Amino acid sequence: MSSINQYIDLYLQHADLLNQGSHPLINAHRAAALSGLQTHGLPSRKDERYKYTDIDKALAPDYGLNLQRLSIPFSTRYQCRVPGMRSRLYHVVDDTLAGGDILDTPQIFVGPLTLFAERYPEKFKKYYDSESESGKSNALARLNTMLVQNGIVVFVAKGYKESDLLQFINLSAGGVPMLTNRRQLIILESGAEATILACNHSGSQIDHLTNEVVEVWQEEGSKLQYYTIDDTVASDSILNTTHIVQSAGSRLEYASITLSGGLARREVDIYLRGADASVQASGFVVGDGEQHVDNNLLVVHDAPACQSDVLYKYILDGQAVGAFAGKVYVSPGAEQTDSQETNANMCMSPEARMYTQPMLEIYADDVKCNHGSTVGQFNDNALFYMNQRGISPEDGRKLLQQAFAWDVIERIPLLPLRQRLMRMVESRFRLADSCNDCGICISKV
Amino acid sequence: MLEIQNLHASVEGKEILKGINLHINPGEVHALMGPNGSGKSTLSNVLVGNPLYTVTQGTITFKGKDLLAMPAERRSHEGIFMSFQQPVEIPGVSMNSFLRAAVNAKRKYMGQPPISGAEFLKLIKEKRQLVGLDDSFTRRGVNEGFSGGERKRNEIFQMAVLEPVLTILDETDSGLDVDALRIVAEGFNKLRTPQSSAICITHYQRMLDYLRPDVVHVMLNGCIVKTGGPELANRIEEEGFDWLKNVEN
Ligand SMILES: Nc1ncnc2c1ncn2[C@@H]1O[C@H](COP(=O)(O)OP(=O)(O)OP(=O)(O)O)[C@@H](O)[C@H]1O
Ligand SMILES: [Mg+2]
Repeated sequence: MSSINQYIDLYLQHADLLNQGSHPLINAHRAAALSGLQTHGLPSRKDERYKYTDIDKALAPDYGLNLQRLSIPFSTRYQCRVPGMRSRLYHVVDDTLAGGDILDTPQIFVGPLTLFAERYPEKFKKYYDSESESGKSNALARLNTMLVQNGIVVFVAKGYKESDLLQFINLSAGGVPMLTNRRQLIILESGAEATILACNHSGSQIDHLTNEVVEVWQEEGSKLQYYTIDDTVASDSILNTTHIVQSAGSRLEYASITLSGGLARREVDIYLRGADASVQASGFVVGDGEQHVDNNLLVVHDAPACQSDVLYKYILDGQAVGAFAGKVYVSPGAEQTDSQETNANMCMSPEARMYTQPMLEIYADDVKCNHGSTVGQFNDNALFYMNQRGISPEDGRKLLQQAFAWDVIERIPLLPLRQRLMRMVESRFRLADSCNDCGICISKV
Repeated sequence: MLEIQNLHASVEGKEILKGINLHINPGEVHALMGPNGSGKSTLSNVLVGNPLYTVTQGTITFKGKDLLAMPAERRSHEGIFMSFQQPVEIPGVSMNSFLRAAVNAKRKYMGQPPISGAEFLKLIKEKRQLVGLDDSFTRRGVNEGFSGGERKRNEIFQMAVLEPVLTILDETDSGLDVDALRIVAEGFNKLRTPQSSAICITHYQRMLDYLRPDVVHVMLNGCIVKTGGPELANRIEEEGFDWLKNVEN
């Protein structure tokens, strides 16, 4: 029996409670999501995009949901500041904004999904879940839509440039095994600019699954930098579905960095729908122990003269499993597409496994597309050279790992953030058994 | 300082060193010559503990300690340095972070605290000047895009930073132009102390003119077949190795 049934049953039994704890405009989408789930069920590993992660198994544990909206205590010691950068810090416990100043001005809104629905119903209706009908929804997005109660909205009005970093510290909390359905809705009107950093951390060591949906709307000429970091304990897993639509001339820099955790799967779809839109998508994964990290990307060039540049790198140790699948799809008419996709990986131990699958489908003429992937091990000569200079094999390996990471981190244009990330990566390599210097996680065992 | 007795070593199952005996006192420079493939680099690699090479027989003591029992990094901490015949490129690891890691590893071994940023920069600057490398080099990746000659200078620069007691120069002169050879050799001579020793592997007299070795050895087919003074190097320069092959038979 499919593990989705327990969530369907839960919804059918507790729809009232769920609706009470949310907003009518959010509730309005549940029925369609339910019927989609009943019709299509969950994907299996026979489905192309789910080859490397068993979704049914991920959803199988008997997770609880916080339907009654009990407030969960959390600690603000999870600061995770980016020194040298003006930032607005928000704490999000599971799906609920629990700390940080709500912004609600004509230029910018940063606050809970329910409040945005209340204050700006027309905008909400225009953007929220708006592509699910066109068959662009997956089972995890449907599950989220059926059960989600809250989340975060960043709305930046036409021409407004937010210069502060908007930083969300997402904490998984709760005293029992929990499933959180969190939503992020990010809307940049034409010419708007924003920089967003979402850090996922653990508030406990109890099994926790976050099923997150991120919807991003970038209108003409807008600029977004969106970074996400997983720095959680092994009992924390994340399933993320990100749907991004870019209009003409918009720029997106996207990076996802997974430093630790349990299962992490991201399905990121980027639609370049207007001419001269560009996206740079980067990923960096450090996996060890039993970590399982799967990044599945789809970049669709639907308009001429768009650029996409994808670079994902993995370093796997222990029995970690990594997967990268990235498809660049160039639609008919998307002439002068310029696309580059690279996936490079290092397996540090004989048990670590990496699956890599870069794909290219081109239905237009006059395009420039490159893609490739490598899986390697460290150069023994380089290691011995360091050894001869007194650097132990362990430290030598760490230096090589940092060097391998560097060209991904280097792509992040904001210097303070780049330095912060590099330090996180460095401390990730330095300390296998204790927390990094920003004191994020309770402990990493 | 260094005592090698009846050393046999193999690589990939093939015996290369067939009973080497060598004794080096503090302050001495020994030249090691011999035709291509005779085992000079193999001996160097065995001394620094390269895991590709297996010692099958014999002993090496260094400053009274059993060298073969030490992992490569310990040998380095104890003061053995090899200037590689072919220094590798390590893209992405800057010279600065590489050298700082090396300096701190040795300090840790000696029970000293890590070097401060300011002290380190001062040290690097001073040693750089000794071999005439400008400061852009230390910001690049280790040997990344360095020319053959620059790599060799970089080896001596690293030696200057680490201040070893036994240096093995494996054809450090090859790839250097005439001026660079002089700079490197003079730099090396400035770093010498009455306690420090060196093994200089070379095919050319010019390097030995600068270094003025105390002892010259000739290796043939995995054995040291002849040991003598500086005049031995002169004879090899003039006559090659053939006459020694006859001696061996
Ligand atoms: N890593 C290795 N793998 C296989 N064979 C090796 C290896 N290292 C050395 N050998 C072999 O051992 C023999 C001695 O090589 P070595 O490099 O010690 O010679 P050498 O005296 O330094 O020569 P040259 O003057 O050309 O540098 C050669 O036949 C070489 O092919
Ligand atoms: Mg050699």
